[in-house]
Parts: sequence; C-alpha cells; structure tokens
Amino acid sequence: MNFLLNIKEALQSLSSNKTRSLLTILGIVIGVASVIALLSIGEGASSTITGEIESIGTNVIYILNGNSDDEVSNPKDLTIRDAEALATSGRANEIVFVAPVFTGNSEVSHSDNSYKTSIIGSTPDYQNVQNLNLAEGEFITENHVKGRSAVVVLGPEIADKLLGRRTGIVGNSIRIGGYPYRIIGVTEAKGGSAFNNPDSNVYVPVSTAQARLPRGGSPDKVQYILVSASEAEKAEEAIVQISDVLRMTHRIPPRSPDDFTILNQQDFLSVAASITNVLTIFLGGIGAISLLVGGIGIMNIMLVSVTERTKEIGLRKAIGARKKDILLQFLTESVLLSLIGGLFGILLGWGISLIVNQIAVQTGTILDVSLTLNSVMLATLFSAAVGIFFGYYPANRAASLAPVEALRYE
Amino acid sequence: MKIQEDVIRVENLTKTYQMGEIQVHALRGVSFSVRLGEVLAIMGPSGSGKSTLMNMIGCLDTPTSGEYFLEGELVSTLNDDQLALVRNRKIGFVFQTFNLLPRATALANVELPLRYAGNNGNRKQLAQESLEAVGLGDRIDHRPNELSGGEQQRVAIARALVNEPAIILADEPTGNLDSKSGDEIMNLLLELNQKKGAILIIVTHDPEVAAVTNRIIHLRDGMVEGQEVLA
Repeated sequence: MNFLLNIKEALQSLSSNKTRSLLTILGIVIGVASVIALLSIGEGASSTITGEIESIGTNVIYILNGNSDDEVSNPKDLTIRDAEALATSGRANEIVFVAPVFTGNSEVSHSDNSYKTSIIGSTPDYQNVQNLNLAEGEFITENHVKGRSAVVVLGPEIADKLLGRRTGIVGNSIRIGGYPYRIIGVTEAKGGSAFNNPDSNVYVPVSTAQARLPRGGSPDKVQYILVSASEAEKAEEAIVQISDVLRMTHRIPPRSPDDFTILNQQDFLSVAASITNVLTIFLGGIGAISLLVGGIGIMNIMLVSVTERTKEIGLRKAIGARKKDILLQFLTESVLLSLIGGLFGILLGWGISLIVNQIAVQTGTILDVSLTLNSVMLATLFSAAVGIFFGYYPANRAASLAPVEALRYE
Repeated sequence: MKIQEDVIRVENLTKTYQMGEIQVHALRGVSFSVRLGEVLAIMGPSGSGKSTLMNMIGCLDTPTSGEYFLEGELVSTLNDDQLALVRNRKIGFVFQTFNLLPRATALANVELPLRYAGNNGNRKQLAQESLEAVGLGDRIDHRPNELSGGEQQRVAIARALVNEPAIILADEPTGNLDSKSGDEIMNLLLELNQKKGAILIIVTHDPEVAAVTNRIIHLRDGMVEGQEVLA
C-alpha cells in the first residue's frame, strides 16, 4: 500500500467525523501541552537555580559550623578568630579573601517606612568575595569593624523602599532594631534573583552585628565564613588548607572528624541538581497522566470507529486487504490523531510557558522558562507512541475480523 | 484435459458451524465444477447453504472438509493472508448492497483492489479503463451518494473487474435495483462475461435472473438438489 495514499485516506476518514476527531485531538493537545509546559517550567526552575549557584563564583567557598556527615560531639562555633587564622596563616597561600558573616533578622526603618529583613554583618573582604561594586559612598572599612561603628551600606532596592531614592543618600541615617545607623554607601544594582537578592541587602560591620543582633553561643561567633580561593582551579587546594587551619584552631585530634563543613559551588550544584531532578520528574509525571487520559480517548474513539466500519473492513478484506493492511490503516488514523494533537499541544504548551514567563517577570521572579528541543522531541515521540500504543488494540481488533462476519454486519 | 478446462472444481465440500450447543451443517457434501466462460446461477431457499457456498467459492471462508480447486490450485487449505491474495487476484465481488466506500470517488473505489495488489504504476489508468468498460467514463470523480443505484452497482462491477479476475461472484446483484436498472446490470454482466471470459456466478432468488444463465445449481439443506442446463 502506498504510504501517502494511506495518510490521505486516514485524513479523509478522520475529517468525515470532524467533531469527534477534534475532541479526541483536544485530549492529546491538553496532555502534550501540559507535558511541555510543566517540563519547560521545571527546566526553567532548574536553570534559574543552577545559574544562581554559578553566580556565587566558582572560587567562593562556604565554611559552615557543624558536620552532618559524621558524628561530632560538641562542635565548636566558628569565630572571628577562625577567620583571622585563615587570613593570616602562612600555610593557607591559596586563600585570598576571608569574610566572616554574622547575620540576623531585624527591623529596618526610615521615617514611616519599616521592613523586617536580614542584616549581613561582615568585614571589608565581603565586598571582594562577593564582587560588590558601590554606586556611591564606600563599603565597610577595618576601622568601622574595629570601632563597632553604627554605619550601614544599603542595596539599591532597599534604599528605594526606605528612602524613596537610591542616590544622594550617603550621610542620611536609618534605624536598625531601633538604633540609628549612618548610611555610608549604596551598592550597584546587580539584578535580583529568586533566593538571594543582593540589591535588597543591608550590610553592617560584623562587630556591630554581633553586638546588636540577637545571638547565642560564644561572643565572637559567626554563622559562616566566606573564603575566596586565588582561582577556581585552586579551590580544592584551598579547601584542604582551610581544613588544616581550622582543625588546628579548633584543636581537633588527628583522625577525628571535622566539626565544620566546607562547601564550594560544586557541592551546592549537586544538591540543587538532585532537587530540581525530583521537581522535573514530578512535573513531567503530572503531564504524563493527562497524556495517558488523552491516549485512552484515542483508544475509545478508535474502538467506536472499528465497530462502525465493520462492513467496510469486510469489503476491504473481500477485495484483497491482508491483516496488516487493515492494521496499518487504523494505526495510521490513531497516530495521525495523536501527532496532530502533539503538534498543537507543543504550540499550546509553548504559549503557556511564555505566559508563565511573563507572569514571572511581572512579579519580579527570575524564572527562565525555556522550551528545549529535548522536551519538544520528547512530546512528539511520546504522542506518536501514545497513538501506536492506544491505537494498536482497536486496529488489531479490526484486522482480526473474519471477512464473512464483517460483510454480514449491519 | 477436462481438469484444465475447469476453472472451479469443488469436491465433497462440507461446512459445519458450532452455534452454542448445536452443530449446524450448512453444507453436507457439495460437488460441482465450472468451465471457463460459463455463467452459473446458484439458487435455493433461505438456509439452503447458498451464502455459505458463495463464501467458500469467494475464498472468504474455508470448508470444514472437502477440496476446492481454483484454476488448478488447491485453495481450501490456504491461510488468511494467502486467501486474501487469491481474492485479490482471482475473484471479483459484486454485492447486493454495492458496498462502495462512501467517502471515496468512483475512481478511488475502483483503484482499491489495485492498491492492495501493490500496483502503484498505472493504477489510475486501469481504474479509468474499467469504469469506461461499464459505461461510467464520465463519472469517475463522483462519490457514491451522487450516483444512482444502477450506477453504483456499475462502479462495483468495475471494481470487481479491475484486477482481471477468473471469477465474478455476484450475490443478488439486482436485489436492490428497480427492474430497468436490474436488466441493465444483468446485460452488462453477461456482456463482460462474453468479452473478458471470466466465469460469472450469480447467487439469486430471482428466477428471471437465473433464466439468463447457462446452468442453474439448486441447493437444498446444504446439498445439491439438482442442476438445470439452459444453454
């Protein structure tokens, strides 16, 4: 049988029952569209998270207190002294900048505007580790840290919110937790992100934060220490050096586990990847369920069609159609239904992901919803497979009809 | 010599159906043969086994026992796909209800057997010639619902002829037609039998239809009751 003729005939047969065919196709359209849209959103979320982590910089290393892999009794807090040891140790030659961070939530206010936000207390090195540039004024200096000064550097967004503008505000003062602070600088806008928006950060000297923000533990405790390695390739060496220094300052005996955790970008990426994979599988699974329902719709309508056309099948067999000719005829119809549905489903799914993208942009969330070639191919293959899978049973039923019985059918 | 002349030879054909608990003996040992060019009528009351015999001759069904030779080939033991091939190459069906594909044009209907034969080259031309032979050369693009009953039956005949079969098997070909169109169809079938030499087997109730054939086989209770040679 001629392939193109087969398709033409299948299209004729489908268009002779337009409403029925369109409704069946709609089932597949919805199924494929949800697979496409949900996968794009999943991919978008995953690439946003990955991009987020990559923007940390490959040479930035996080040191956290405690160790979740090994049992450590009574872990010591990370302290300013640990940070100083890292910065001054002659053995830690791959470490360039060390920024201890003490952070806590507090109320930030100016005249009638007041916001609860997290305050980052750190040292001058923080600017270098995070690559912060200042739009005006200066960052926190050693003297501010030593003097426990009541000074603050604002991100441009929080400046907008508090003072209604982001320029010409150095020298003004705001209140944090009721205490007045003098504004000494405003950072350049870096662009927001879903999890950590540097543009709405509030920076104060680490010593000031330790004194004024709520805390527990030793007096010079910090929550974490940021370290930047001399270059990305040296990150592993830097990690070894950090470990050596901290084991010494924490007086950890040989063969005992660390009481701190060192993470670099790669560690965050792999954690994020496992989370986003689960997310993508979950979203794809929801889409797959609706595609399954669409497939059952195809099977249903093809079974009706086979019954209605029993006599036609008998005639075709009488004039020489073999089993496989009839099988192919009905499979062509079901695959066409699902492929047409797949095609429009891809378009609809693409439309939906564009809309989601727009909504994300409107609400200020960066969600890079992307229609990947992978998800398009997956959806096309999947919808064709649905057509074959759910079309096979009805087609086989048609092909197996005895010609005598089929011809006699009224 | 005689065997070569016989296009159809059936020997002691039986067919038994199982209907629930009961066995139905539709054919109880039918034997006859048909020579090249012959026009044969099969007559008999309802339940006489006419339809079953027609299904056997048309290779739509296989007998429970007995042998059926078509052009010297034993076809009563072939499998489904082989039977499909025999039907396609050697048998042309004409049905009481025409059985045309409603959505396809006259030409496409006539092309259908050629498509199943795998002929893609001059399919259109052969179908056109076949339609011209039944006098419908000017209506090839019409669909069945745009044609009269007589014209539809002509399309069916063109379809039956297009593969140049050995047998035209007509089941009540005039049953759904008025007497004028019925006569025209009978004349056409006889004329084509003369021209093409395919044997024509007509299953009918109608004595007038049977009267124009060469020979009538009367069936009763699944057996040949008698034969009438007319011309």
